Amino acid sequence: MFSTIRSRLIVIAVLIVGSVYFLFPRDVTIREPGPNGVMHDVTVTRVPLKRGLDLQGGMHLALELDQSKQVSADPAKDLELALTVMRKRIDEFGVEEPLIQKVGENRIVVELAGITDPARAKAIVQRSAFLEFKITDETQALEKALPAMDRTLRNLGIKSEGAPTQPSAVQQLLGGDSAKATPKDSTAADTATVTGGVLSGLIQPAMATGAGNTPGEYAVPEPAYPRVDSLLNIPAVARQLPRGITLRWSSSPTSVGVQSVRFLYALDDRSIVTGANLVDAQAQIDPLTNGPLVTFELDRAGGRKFGEETGKHVGDYMAILLDGRVQGRPPVIQSRIGRNGQITLAGRTLQEAQDLALTLKAGALPIPLKIVEERQVGASLGSDSIRKGITAGLIGTILVVLIMVGYYRLSGVLAVAALAGYILFTLGGLSMIEATLTLPGLAGIVLSIGIAVDANVLIFERIREELLNGKTVRLAVDEGFRHAMNAIVDSNVSTVLTALFLFQFGTGPVKGFAVTLIMGIIASMITAIFVTRTLFMIWLERRPAMSTLSI
Amino acid sequence: MLRFFGHASYDFIRVRRTAYVVTAAVLLPGLFLLLVRGLNYSIEFTGGTLLQVQSSQPVNVADLRSGLDREGIRGAEIQNFGAPNEYVIRARVGKPGSDANDTQITAAAVRKALDGVLGAGKYTVVRTEAVGPKVGGELRQKAFLAIFLSFFAVLAYLAYRFEWRFGLAAVVATAHDILATIAFIAALRLEVSLTVVAAILSMVGYSLNDTIIIFDRVRENLHKHKNESLVQILNRSINETLPRSILTHGTTLATLLALIIFGGAVIRPFALVMFFGVFTGTFSSIFIAAPVLMAIQKRWPGAAARGHLNPKPAPAPPRKAQPAGR
Repeated sequence: MFSTIRSRLIVIAVLIVGSVYFLFPRDVTIREPGPNGVMHDVTVTRVPLKRGLDLQGGMHLALELDQSKQVSADPAKDLELALTVMRKRIDEFGVEEPLIQKVGENRIVVELAGITDPARAKAIVQRSAFLEFKITDETQALEKALPAMDRTLRNLGIKSEGAPTQPSAVQQLLGGDSAKATPKDSTAADTATVTGGVLSGLIQPAMATGAGNTPGEYAVPEPAYPRVDSLLNIPAVARQLPRGITLRWSSSPTSVGVQSVRFLYALDDRSIVTGANLVDAQAQIDPLTNGPLVTFELDRAGGRKFGEETGKHVGDYMAILLDGRVQGRPPVIQSRIGRNGQITLAGRTLQEAQDLALTLKAGALPIPLKIVEERQVGASLGSDSIRKGITAGLIGTILVVLIMVGYYRLSGVLAVAALAGYILFTLGGLSMIEATLTLPGLAGIVLSIGIAVDANVLIFERIREELLNGKTVRLAVDEGFRHAMNAIVDSNVSTVLTALFLFQFGTGPVKGFAVTLIMGIIASMITAIFVTRTLFMIWLERRPAMSTLSI
Repeated sequence: MLRFFGHASYDFIRVRRTAYVVTAAVLLPGLFLLLVRGLNYSIEFTGGTLLQVQSSQPVNVADLRSGLDREGIRGAEIQNFGAPNEYVIRARVGKPGSDANDTQITAAAVRKALDGVLGAGKYTVVRTEAVGPKVGGELRQKAFLAIFLSFFAVLAYLAYRFEWRFGLAAVVATAHDILATIAFIAALRLEVSLTVVAAILSMVGYSLNDTIIIFDRVRENLHKHKNESLVQILNRSINETLPRSILTHGTTLATLLALIIFGGAVIRPFALVMFFGVFTGTFSSIFIAAPVLMAIQKRWPGAAARGHLNPKPAPAPPRKAQPAGR
């Protein structure tokens, strides 16, 4: 096979043309958000070699189901669901070639290249976006339960007197978990004025304070909010509330006169409709208030149910909950509502409204996700790494060329030609299999330039030995290539084996390194065994009478 | 023709005891340091938070530290990284009960501290890593498993291509390289990151490569010189492959030097570990793999075990028996 110089040259030409083809700069279409937040396609021309996050800048997130507050009944199914939701959200968010995949049994890895606002991306990835509509309680259930709750607290030894020492006592009682759930300054509760029972002193019906006339709405001084929340979460206290009633906090504090209050809502446990029935959501600017709002559209079934329920509850108040938090003050239901509705977001930016619409449209996460690993590299650091890697590569290559030509003379020049082929084939091959070039991978390429000449060195040394044994030039070259083959194959196979294990165990950057290493070994074997051999054949063909070899 | 060590005929096997002493002199202090100080694992393995910060003007480390203390981040490592206005701040996960959420909270607290010390907008965070302790633990396990399994794969391949005695000798030499490299890492207080583990595995590949090339020559010479003892064959094989070793190590070291000097701070540990690996790999191929192969052949004689394995007195250097035509 390939015994003639012509057929060998054709093979080499095909390899070179192929590599150049895969490396040739081409048009790539990228989706990116424009100034108005709408996605549009942009076409750029560049070398189609994929750069890893560490070279390009970007964010890598590993996510797991967060079962600390809500236990999943079927984690495998919930993870699949979360994966689908994540794909939709990131697609809407608009990132070039995002990677979203399941890793192992319980993890989702999200890689977003070249993003400029990591905090926003993180918020979009993590947001549960669970939308619910609930009717506020009209039976004054919480007011009636408050005395019983206070009694329970008194029995537990939690008193309203001696407030300064209380928070720590509460925290001790609650243990680490719920203490963590309220990371805000828990001593702030001390400043709240306390009268009567612990809770009845802090929770006042909004109607009584003149803050509003919504039934089921209660005002809590903002500084006391973390403490009240943790007290209400004590199981013995929560049991005092009648069945079918659930308590939910407002998403943000409200100013009532000079005081900042946090509204607490007693709600009908049953949701009239949830985000599962949502088909579309759009961010808009309210022409009246100039504030952002999100309009939504429900599917047919959801619309029917929504219409039925709102028809029954005309004159009642309806709370809109997102991820268990009441958004704004519950509006009164004026009339039967069909498939279309809107959520006003007072005091938020348009971008927040857009992000909310985006996450609503993509669907809710079945179980919240927690970030177990985050890596983020700025684009400037990435381009800096590339520049340094290329500098090191160039200088390394120059040194190798000097050593090879200085030591092997004309044969060294052939080895350098083979080395050029090696670099071209490695990069072309990486581009062909769409491998990702990472910083360790870049270092691997630079290192492999030094190692790649090994095969040529083995062959050249063998030829020298054969020449010293008194063989003719032609015979020495043949024998040299033949004998060196065993060593080249054995040593390369063992390196590929270690690289495979590296690939198996590694994450992102290290995987990239392993792929580069394997591709480098393949390219190095092709160039040393095939390309250098062909160059020698041509050389000997042109100088058949050569009695000494420049080696 | 320029040729280094073209006619070398050193008696490598005879000095093996001296070589063992050298090995012990390197390994024992290194392993002592390893036991006393332990390895400096990166946050990828321990779990924790890392922020690389570029500030518009040089920063006083003490100011930075007191700022971090105010935010409740104690014992954070602050390290100058490349330029005087560039810092890496590492806060490891300390307490065992902490979870991934804490690393996120820590990252936010570090940013707040930076806002206080440097002023908001006066700095850029160019790199962030926040790794939960569970992920870190898994990674550490996987790294050890990868190194361990690659051992067996190589042993199996060499057993198939040569025979198990050669495979075992190569693996002993590789184990030596890994120990020596870890000792080196402990001595230099290099941070053990994923990239450094990658360097250790590539060093393993490189050193094996070297050992295999010598063994390949041993296999060939066993057929070619049927009247020589194993000791002579080993010495001959090492000497014959010496010019190749010098040249390949030379070019490899040249590229590594380029990486160390010009490759940047992120890649430097990788290049340093590989640089050391080239030396220990060369040493172990000659002074560990070959004598161990001899010891194995002596204990469990195979086809290659011939001649007097324990030469007394030292045999004549093998090359001198060759015709003067070389």
